[in-house]
Parts: sequence; structure tokens; C-alpha cells
Amino acid sequence: MIDSHVRDGAGPDGEATSATVAEIGGLAISIAGREIVSRVDLAIAASESVGLVGESGSGKSVTCRSLIGMLGFIGASITSGQVRIAGRDMTSASQRQWRQLRGTTVSLVPQASLAGLDPLIRVGAQLSEVIRRFDSRADTAARSLELLDQVQMRRPGEVLRAYPHELSGGMRQRAMIALAIAGRPKLLIADEATTALDATVQRSVLQLLTRLRAELGMALLLVSHDLGVVRTATDRVAVMYAGTVVEQAASTRIFNRPRHPYTAGLTAADPALVPPGQRLRSLLGDPPQPGAWAAGCRFAPRCGYRQEVCDESLPPLIVAADGDAVACVRAAEISL
Amino acid sequence: MTRASRPAGLASEVLVAADAVSLGYGRTIVVRDVSLHIRPGTATGIAGESGSGKSTLAKALVGDLTPMAGRVTVNGRSWSDVHRRDPERRRVQMIFQDPYSALNPRMTARQAISETLTVVCGVPRAEAGQRAGELLTRAGLSGAAIDARPHRLSGGQRQRVVIARAIACEPDLLIADEPTSSLDVSIQAQILDLLVDLREERGLALVLVSHDLAVLRHMTDTCLIMRDGNVVERGPTERVLSQPQHEYTRTLVAAHQGEETSVGSHHGAEEDT
Repeated sequence: MIDSHVRDGAGPDGEATSATVAEIGGLAISIAGREIVSRVDLAIAASESVGLVGESGSGKSVTCRSLIGMLGFIGASITSGQVRIAGRDMTSASQRQWRQLRGTTVSLVPQASLAGLDPLIRVGAQLSEVIRRFDSRADTAARSLELLDQVQMRRPGEVLRAYPHELSGGMRQRAMIALAIAGRPKLLIADEATTALDATVQRSVLQLLTRLRAELGMALLLVSHDLGVVRTATDRVAVMYAGTVVEQAASTRIFNRPRHPYTAGLTAADPALVPPGQRLRSLLGDPPQPGAWAAGCRFAPRCGYRQEVCDESLPPLIVAADGDAVACVRAAEISL
Repeated sequence: MTRASRPAGLASEVLVAADAVSLGYGRTIVVRDVSLHIRPGTATGIAGESGSGKSTLAKALVGDLTPMAGRVTVNGRSWSDVHRRDPERRRVQMIFQDPYSALNPRMTARQAISETLTVVCGVPRAEAGQRAGELLTRAGLSGAAIDARPHRLSGGQRQRVVIARAIACEPDLLIADEPTSSLDVSIQAQILDLLVDLREERGLALVLVSHDLAVLRHMTDTCLIMRDGNVVERGPTERVLSQPQHEYTRTLVAAHQGEETSVGSHHGAEEDT
């Protein structure tokens, strides 16, 4: 069930048009015979900002790896469903085919760390190498400075001559963003890109991503476990739990009026959203181990609204009239 | 509330007092001239970003770091006079962000707590196993998890073991350094609720070190905001976070609220260098 959330761009048969940069439908991903992502639908329109939230093991990182052809590196593979990037079916694409899209159509900013940059090579040389990959005749010096300017790097000349360890965490993350946008991608995936940073730095990197999206007309997929980060920087949010998308809705609405009990639980557990002195009404228990799912709704064991019907089968993500979607068979009858 | 300058007559009420302490490693000063008095049953937050000195201050409060200047006292005695086996040691316990590294991988949760009960708290070995089970149950562990080794436990379960161990000898003060930073939101909530319950039922004082202002606001009565080793602002948590006086606190609060980050906003107010 590929369901495009690009209301205007969707064709009569539900097939997305070119306004969709990335789309996955009914996607299942397995590692070593264990299904870790099941029946995920997600569509990202051109220049749209989408958040993907979920706790550890919910499958959000694996899902975004499928959008950039990097499942093989972790021994994962698509077992059903499909992945389309800019209209091309990439479900069983080779690495050679992915290389044509990676960087230019879809690009990834990984979690802030030293690992994303080569510690032995100066930042300038790393930028030049990436720039030449996309345009062999480019003036790498000028383009490097242009990219550093775009990511609002201070003292760009010094940064080009610096080794990664000589930069602060925030500057390294800006350098990684510069590398990621060097090929002018249509979709930038930021996978926990601000997670390890201090709050003030995190905010400035988020603002940078938001501004770049507007300036370069990119779509942004912001993957984070942090509801606050996602809420403020995205148009629409998909919430993942235990390898499935349980709810998908406008960022302005989803945390104020959640429709899935898990989203409601997350909101009630977030100290930023609960007045001081009130209990956090924690979700009980732990999330299931990836791959060790129950047959029915995977949230049912922790859900206060569970009934027999919940254990029958994995609830599909149902799109409501307003375009928001929820995967809960009791969504209509419960008030959260 | 926790100012250094208070009448000497009230000193007996203070569990742990840091007076004009400067702290550091080698020749590097990490915390400058900070005073902080912790009273029974209170909840004090220490906030700041990486390198602000908040964890270093916490280490000194628990007696793990000798001040370069000033002194830290527990019940009026300097930590340097309190020996390892001294019962005073047990009055202050500390837990950390990474519960895995704090646990012996070869011991089950029950064995770890039993060990603490017999070696540190002087509980007879015959009783220790059962008491350990009760403590772990109180901390929210159940069933097979009680007799599992750390690698079989989730991050949240491990932090529960660490908390059970910290409360085993009935301390008066628990110092928690980013206790939930490596945990998911729903698990963080469980651990925070557990800490609130334990405070209520045991009259435990809490010092919570956190970079997360929302957690601090939720959990503490008073707080200190640290930057580059200095306390830039202190007071009732609610006031400090709703009406910050210091410019840095305002920056920090704004970064956490993140409202300005909303779609379509522009350049960051502060730069990271």
C-alpha cells in the first residue's frame, strides 16, 4: 500500500508524480533472517521537511539507510515492498546504480562524531575530493569556500587547512553538512545529526539545516529520538515503533493531539511536555527486541487500550480524511 | 537556598557542603570558587553544557575528587578525613550515565547488590540475597532480570540495578550524573519517576546533573547553571528557567525551547566554535 502523502502531487491511481523525491511502500527489511522493519510506508515530497522519530531499535535508522542504498553494509536486505528515489525504482538496485544517486539526489549527514570525516586528511582535501566526484572540472578551491559559506562556517580559510580533530563538534557537523550538500542533493537525510551536540550548538545546526532546505530547495528527512528537535524543524512526522510506522501526521498536530497510544505515551513521558511536579505517566515495560515481534499490534503488550482484537494482526497504517495516518484498530473509539 | 553565606548555627542541617571549592585535574582548573550546601530531602540541579564543570563538581560532592582550594564536608567533616570504610561514606551515593560500565559483567543483578549489602553495609550474608531481591524489586526489576547478568539487561534495567545498589545502604543523598542521558524517552520517564518515588518514601536528597533543562525543571527545586567552571546563575529552578537573569541562561533556555527553530526561521543567535 503505497500511499503518497503528497496530496497535490498524487496521480489518479495513487502513483506519486515527480513531486515526490523519495517513497517507500510496504517495505520490509531483514537482518540475518529477522524482520526488523515491516510494512513501512513513507513518502517525501520535494522541499518538504519530514521527521522520523522512534526509540532505539524502532527501525528508523535502517529505514533511512534503505533510502540511500546502504542496507548491504550492515547485512540487511529488503524482503518486500519497494523504494523509489526521484521516480526510479531502487528496490533491487546495484551499488553502481546507487552511486549515481548518492550525493546528487539523496545524501546523508550521519550522527555528529569524528567518524564521518577522515581523521588523517585535512578538511579542504576531503571537500575537494567530494566536489570533483560530482564535477571533475570544478574549481575546487572556490567551490569549497562557497560550501563552507553555505554552512555558515566561521574562518573558512583556516577550516580548510585544519584536520577534523582541530574542529569543535559543531564545526565538524557543519563540515559534514558541507560534504553532504556538495552534490546539490534533492533530499538530505540527517540521521541523529544533532544528537551528540550541546543544546546551543544543536539549535544552530538545526537552524542551518532548515535554512539550507529553503535556500537549496532540498527535502529534509530528520531522523531523531528527540521529539523536541523533530517538532520544531519539520512539517510532518512519522513515529516508528518496533519496526513499523504507527502514526504519521502534521508536526503541529501530532504531539498535541496524538491518535496512537504510543505517540500519546511518548508525549506523556517527555519532561518538556509535562508540567513540573506531575508524574511522567511512563510507558510501562521495555520495547520488544528487534525481530522478536508479537503477531498482532507490536505496541499491544505496553498499551493501556489493548483488547483481543489488537492481537489478531499487525494493524495497517490507515490514512484519514485529513491526510494524517494511524496504525491502531481502536483509534476511532479511544480518546487519548 | 543553597548560598554559602548562611548562619553557622544551621550547619548541622547540611548533609554535604562545598565551600569556595576550586577543582581541576593536574594544573587545569575546571571549577572555580563554587559553594553549594545540600540539605536533607532537597533536590538540586546542576546544569550546563559539555566542559562546564558540572560533573567535576558532582565528583567533589561525593568525595571522589580533592579540591585544589576550598573544602567539601559531609556532616561537617571534610571528605579527606573520611576513610573508605567509614559509615559516612555510605551517606552519599552516586550514579552515572553509563550503567553498563558501572556493573561487574560476571555478577547477576542480585549478586551485585548482595555484595554491596555484605561488604559495604555490613548485612549478614544469609540475609543479603533476599534483601537484594527486595531492593531490585523496589527499583522496578522483576522476574528473570533479577538473576541476569548485565549483558542480558536493557539500558533501563541496568540503571535500575545501579539505583538499587545506590540505595542499598540507605543513603541520605543520591548524586545522579546524567542518569537518563543514554536512555530512550519512555525509559527515561520510568527512571525519573522511580527517583521521584524513592525521594518521597526515603526522604532522600538528590543532586541531579543534567544538560537537559526539561529534566531539571521536572525533578529539582533549586538549580545552578554552570559555564566554563563558574556558576553563572542559581536559584529556584522554576524561576531560573522561566525568568533567567543571566544572558547565558537565557541562551540555554532558548536553545531548549527551540521555538525559534521552527520552519522558515533564520540565522542562529549564537555560534559554535
